[in-house]
Order: sequence, then C-alpha cells, then structure tokens
Amino acid sequence: MNPDLVMWLAILGGGVAVYLIKLVGHLLPEHWLAEPRVARTAALVTVALLSALVAIQTFASGRGLTIDARLPALVVAAIALALRAPFLLVVVLGAGTAALVRALGWMP
Amino acid sequence: MSGAADAVRLARREALGVSVATGLYGISFGALSVAAGLSVLQTIVLSLIMFSGGSQFAFVGVVAAGGGGPAAIATGALVGVRNALYGARMAPLLGVRGWRRLLAAQVTIDESTAVGTAQDEPRAIREGFWWTGVGIFVLWNSFVTLGAFAGNALGDPATWGLDAAAAAAFLALVWARLADPVARWVGVSAALVALALTPVLPPGLPVLAAAAVAVALGWWRPGGAPAPESDADADGAQEDA
Repeated sequence: MNPDLVMWLAILGGGVAVYLIKLVGHLLPEHWLAEPRVARTAALVTVALLSALVAIQTFASGRGLTIDARLPALVVAAIALALRAPFLLVVVLGAGTAALVRALGWMP
Repeated sequence: MSGAADAVRLARREALGVSVATGLYGISFGALSVAAGLSVLQTIVLSLIMFSGGSQFAFVGVVAAGGGGPAAIATGALVGVRNALYGARMAPLLGVRGWRRLLAAQVTIDESTAVGTAQDEPRAIREGFWWTGVGIFVLWNSFVTLGAFAGNALGDPATWGLDAAAAAAFLALVWARLADPVARWVGVSAALVALALTPVLPPGLPVLAAAAVAVALGWWRPGGAPAPESDADADGAQEDA
C-alpha cells in the first residue's frame, strides 16, 4: 500500500481512538464517581500521571535515562514555583535555563 | 466584587496563562512531527483530531523510530487512556449534554482538567476547564502549524530548551496538588516507577504503569487522600498563572 495512505490511515485511526477514549470517560455512569474511593483514586491518578510525566520529560531519552540540561531547568522551575512565580514565568525560566546551559556547553 | 466572580476571573486568567504556555510548546511538536516524516498537512490534521500532547508526541515518536501504523496508534491511544479518567472526573462537574459533551470530550486533556479541578467554585471549575481546553486547542494547533512550517529552520528544539519547558509545565501543573502528604508520596513513587520502567517498556507505558501506584493507594488504602477539591485549593502557581 502507498506509504502516504498508510500514514493517513494511522493518523485517522490514532486520532479517532484517542477521541473515543476521551468520550468514554464522559459517558461513564456518573454514580461511579459518587463513591469516594473512585474520586480519591481518580485524583491520585492525576497526580501520579503528571508526576510521572515530569520525571519522563526530565530524565528519559528514548528508552534510556540521562542527566542533561533539562535537570537544572527543572530545579530552577521548582525554585520559581516555591517562590510562587506565575505559570508562564516558570515555563520560560525552565526553557531559558536549558537553553543557557546548552549554549554554555555545560550539559547536553 | 463577590468571591465567586473573583474565583471565575482567576480561573480565566489561569486558563489563559496555561493556554499560552502549553500552546507555545506546540512549536516543538510541529517541528518533531515533520522531522519524523509526517507532512505539514498530516501534522496539522493529527494534532486537530488527536489533540492530546502526550499521545501526539508518542505517536510521532513511534513513527520516527520506524514503528508501523498499528504500533503508533496503540502507543498514542495508551498514552491517552488517562484522558478517560479525566473525562469521568470532569463530566459531573461540567454537567453538559448532547453536542456540548462531544466538544467537552475533545478538550479533555491534562491541562484543562488540572485547571478545572484546581478551582473551588462550581462556575470557576467549568470556566477554568472550557477556557483552558478551547484556549489550548486554538493556540496549540496554531503553534503546531507554525512549528511544522518552521521546523527545519528552527533546528533542534533542544537548543531553545523547549523539551525542558515541557517538564517545567508539568511540574507547575502538579505543584499545587502536592500539598497533600499522600498525594506527594504518590507523586514521588509514580515518578520513580516511571523512571525504573523506562528502559524495559516501550515509550508511553512507564507513565501508565505509574498510575497503578495511585490506583493501588486510592482504591485499597483505608481513609486515603482527600479529593483534589480540598488538596489542590487555589494555592500555588495556578492561582498566579
């Protein structure tokens, strides 16, 4: 099959799959959430996934782990958050730190 | 001005801040997607339909690594499973029916759920969710388009620290939720589990596996942590965003 067509089918298949997963969540019976255990679990799942994403976005490189300019960027972001810096400033400081550390050749 | 109106105003301001911050790093997705072999049009269409950063990055990551269509679809979908949990969490808070529910589903992502559930007032929850979801949809896809066109000229997104910006954004989103000790413990455990599994599982799965930590603790631990309405009140970065 034409590789371009294969890619288009994958894009449509993946896009529809991800949308349907979102929709299933909205269509779940609401009383499922009436149980405190479900609400508590869902809340902790959000924390777990966001925390895991922080770790992966900082240390993962393909299927390996590495320490690079993303780590000092995360440290600076954490300091900024502790000082109650606004969201956008935190993100800009993170990007700027990584860019600077790389430009200076301190870390890859 | 009443407290509720203040809460709504703060929710909108926070939504705007998160939308801009998240939208901007759509540039890195656009650039990486084109580098992976998708055309500019394919990149834009993927982003519009799939509209979930983690799933999109995972999808083009598999394509870049030489994976086939089914592998790319499966990985993107698995990374997107958390959105079902967000949807189940948001549906009763939003209280929408019919076509609005179809729209709400499309903008149910990490950031819209995080901003929505970080609010205290019912109306602020809804406004926070919608403004963040729609704001990111517009800005993210705009910057994805820009990134796809400019990808080659921009070169490596790492030079601009865009990869690190993603980590900083996720940290800022989770920060206020870590005020609760149980949530903090779950967060640290989840991060360690994800890192430990990264070398042995395909990309995307370590993050999902980390969610098992939360399920185990939330489901079986008696008493457990409170829901985020109480542990992630209007404190920390999100209030200021």
